[in-house]
Amino acid sequence: MPQTLRPENEDQLLDAVNWALSRKIPLNVFGLGSKSSLGQAVSVEQGLDMSALSGILSYEPSELVLTAKAGTPLHEIQSALSEHNQSMAFEPVDLSVILNGKEPSNEADGTVGGMIAAGFAGPRRIRQGGVRDHVLGFRAISGRAELFKSGGKVMKNVTGFDLSKLMAGSMGTLAVMSEVTIKVLPVPEKSRTVLVQGLDEPVAIAAMRAAVNSPHEVSAAAHLPQSVAARSGVDLVAGSGAAVTAVRVEGPGASVETRCASLRKLLAPFGELEELHSQRSARFWAEVRDASFWRTTPPDTTIWRLSVPPSRGAHIAAAITRECGAEALFDWGGGLIWLALPDSRHKIVRAALDEQDGHATLIRASDSIRTTVPAFHPPSPSLAALSRRVKSAFDPHGILNPGRLYPTDAA
Amino acid sequence: MIMPEPDADVIARRDEIVLALRDIVPGEGVIAEQNELSAYESDGLSAYRQRPMVVVLPETTAQVSDILKYCHANGIKVVPRGAGTGLSGGALPLADGVTLGLGKFNQIKEIDFSNRCVVAQPGVTNLGISDAVAHEGFYYAPDPSSQIACSIGGNVAENSGGVHCLKYGLTTNNVLGVEIVMMDGEIIRLGGRHLEAGGYDLLGVVTGSEGLLGVITEVTVRILQKPATARALLLGFGSSEQAGDCVGGIIDHGIIPGGLEMMDKHAIHATEDFVHAGYPLDVAALLIVELDGPQVEVDLLIDQVEHIASGCGATYSRASTTEDERLTFWAGRKNAFPAVGRISPDYICMDGTIPRSQLSYVLRRLSQMSAEYGLRCANVFHAGDGNLHPLILFDANVADELERAEAFGAEILKLCVAVGGVLTGEHGVGVEKRDLMGEMFSEDDMKQQQRLKCAFDPDQLLNPGKVYPTLHRCAELGKMHVHNGELPFPDLPRF
Repeated sequence: MPQTLRPENEDQLLDAVNWALSRKIPLNVFGLGSKSSLGQAVSVEQGLDMSALSGILSYEPSELVLTAKAGTPLHEIQSALSEHNQSMAFEPVDLSVILNGKEPSNEADGTVGGMIAAGFAGPRRIRQGGVRDHVLGFRAISGRAELFKSGGKVMKNVTGFDLSKLMAGSMGTLAVMSEVTIKVLPVPEKSRTVLVQGLDEPVAIAAMRAAVNSPHEVSAAAHLPQSVAARSGVDLVAGSGAAVTAVRVEGPGASVETRCASLRKLLAPFGELEELHSQRSARFWAEVRDASFWRTTPPDTTIWRLSVPPSRGAHIAAAITRECGAEALFDWGGGLIWLALPDSRHKIVRAALDEQDGHATLIRASDSIRTTVPAFHPPSPSLAALSRRVKSAFDPHGILNPGRLYPTDAA
Repeated sequence: MIMPEPDADVIARRDEIVLALRDIVPGEGVIAEQNELSAYESDGLSAYRQRPMVVVLPETTAQVSDILKYCHANGIKVVPRGAGTGLSGGALPLADGVTLGLGKFNQIKEIDFSNRCVVAQPGVTNLGISDAVAHEGFYYAPDPSSQIACSIGGNVAENSGGVHCLKYGLTTNNVLGVEIVMMDGEIIRLGGRHLEAGGYDLLGVVTGSEGLLGVITEVTVRILQKPATARALLLGFGSSEQAGDCVGGIIDHGIIPGGLEMMDKHAIHATEDFVHAGYPLDVAALLIVELDGPQVEVDLLIDQVEHIASGCGATYSRASTTEDERLTFWAGRKNAFPAVGRISPDYICMDGTIPRSQLSYVLRRLSQMSAEYGLRCANVFHAGDGNLHPLILFDANVADELERAEAFGAEILKLCVAVGGVLTGEHGVGVEKRDLMGEMFSEDDMKQQQRLKCAFDPDQLLNPGKVYPTLHRCAELGKMHVHNGELPFPDLPRF
């Protein structure tokens, strides 16, 4: 095993990539390794450990902007933000829950660079945007061993191509980020969740649509079938003995109370109602965010995450669950489906998606599945060709996380 | 402004090119008469003008694809153009280029309330989208001040902003998908009606790419339910420092207003004389704070903001009590540019973003520069997100005033970068700020951005001469400079 490189500053990072490039040695780039089992299983021996590039460089709460070295642990950023009653509004998913069996909490595993590279946003995605929408700028070393930067440290900026978007979700295959600047927002004063019990999936989607399309500023809408709801750590959810559809409102206290009352009126015709307040509401949405209901399922259960048009959610999930004993959890008002199914049935998932239906990501699976099934949705041939050219514009020799996003770039 | 040297061979083949384009787009879709071409000489940045070689106005994606295929095969440059309202010269024609106008793509293809989106052709106006969904209480959030005229395709190309960006984001945060035609004629769809496009976020880089990566032929945007209530608050201060403190205080308090605008004394007086919005004339800085959402929340936050403002020394405070009054408050701000146009024969509008903490310093420097250059300057400012719009007043008929105004403008943008900000917050680089890119980006930064361009358009035929000061050949950009390999890095920690 070659020794893992662990640069302590940007100059050393540049040296490390330069060395790898000169020898054409592919690098397995990682921060704290919390998502090492996400994505394509690839065997790259030479590690590049980013965890020593750590620390918050600047944080101005009234500017809503934070800059940190890419290897900064997320929990460090989250605690700095919470001191000023701010947060990353997109609710970053803590994949360690589903990948490593961690308990859901307010302190996520992993680094800020890893969070951006993976690009997974939680329930508030429908209201506040995703990871991509909160990356304002970065510094990075490309696979050409060149330092470059893009974006800025201010909220509003259209100077040059927006490469920050490209970094989000690129799984470290384009460049190794050394420093990132993110947009942060105030934590809402109050949070309440209205629960509707006993809806089947098409009705639940209709209820969520009514809520999200209302003027009551819903910040999350999810649906758990009965078997999933039963595993919640929130008593009112687990004890309902039925499927649970949940809709959240957040904001100043008086506003939340008024909107909650309006939502109850709107949702009353759908079924029996309950309400979750502050702590319980927060706990419930952390479970949904991290799909923690499958935290302890057996290893031969594969976990998938599908991004689809909300109106197609129920149909797509039904097509899959009908064929095998899959469980489906809906978030984003039906636009996000988490699926747990026996790993032998993985082919059903992508077959259920038409071309315009979005994409399916394999989040957790056994190694044998991960070596044969592409973790990220295979793009159309023309998009695949363009993606390869983009990869090559940043990393022509394919030394950065080869194959981690698309199997084809592991040539 | 130096543009790429026109290709004499291409210009010599003009007649043949016009005929070929007429084969693709029959009828009146090809404009070749010199007097008709003059309408396309500039976009919203009228200081720069160039008559295009020919204009083509296709009606279908297949025609766009055929035009680009033909131009690609024949080495002809193409400049895409939306409504021509852009403020940075992104649609400035080329003497040896085809201007490809998307004005005939003016249909809304689908309104999809279930998925909260609208699928539109690129020539549909920004306001046209909001109007089409208003009957169900929805709207499209980004609202550039040209929203009556500007097209959604142009908005995507420029990543346009508006006064509600702080709370609702720019165009890029509100686009779900596009269909683009690449320079070789290939048609590609990015994103769709779902969130997160999947794979590399190419949708994210095409948005704001100023027509350099592809021609947009369809756009899917997210629509939002209109807030139940909106009220605006006018707050006057004796100094811009106090106004700046108030903005910081509002955000520190956890309040993200729907709109948060600042105007300086010159802008207040110019707009008040023009639209009589009822602005106080005895203040040095005016804030317009708009709170939107449920009635109870808006009323509560209006009180809180008034309280914060009085703590910051506000000398004037007035909250709108009717929708008419709210719109009157905005009428001044929204007419700030034409209002300034009334008090000066000409003006140029700058568009830098700064960290808000630098506002007082930047405004002080602006008034010093104004004295040094002998030109008046009025400031309107999207205060919530730090986006500054200094308007430099000049008279083009006075010798050297345009040059002085441009030099003043360049110095403002350099100042924005020097204090930690950026060259452009929402208008784009285009040709206007092209030669200032080096203030913000190193040569390596720009080369990496241009390598992305090469992945889309390796022959650099699409909108060349815009955004980047130096055109590098893609082959040259792709060359590797690999250092020879013994690891000379003894300091590098290994484990």
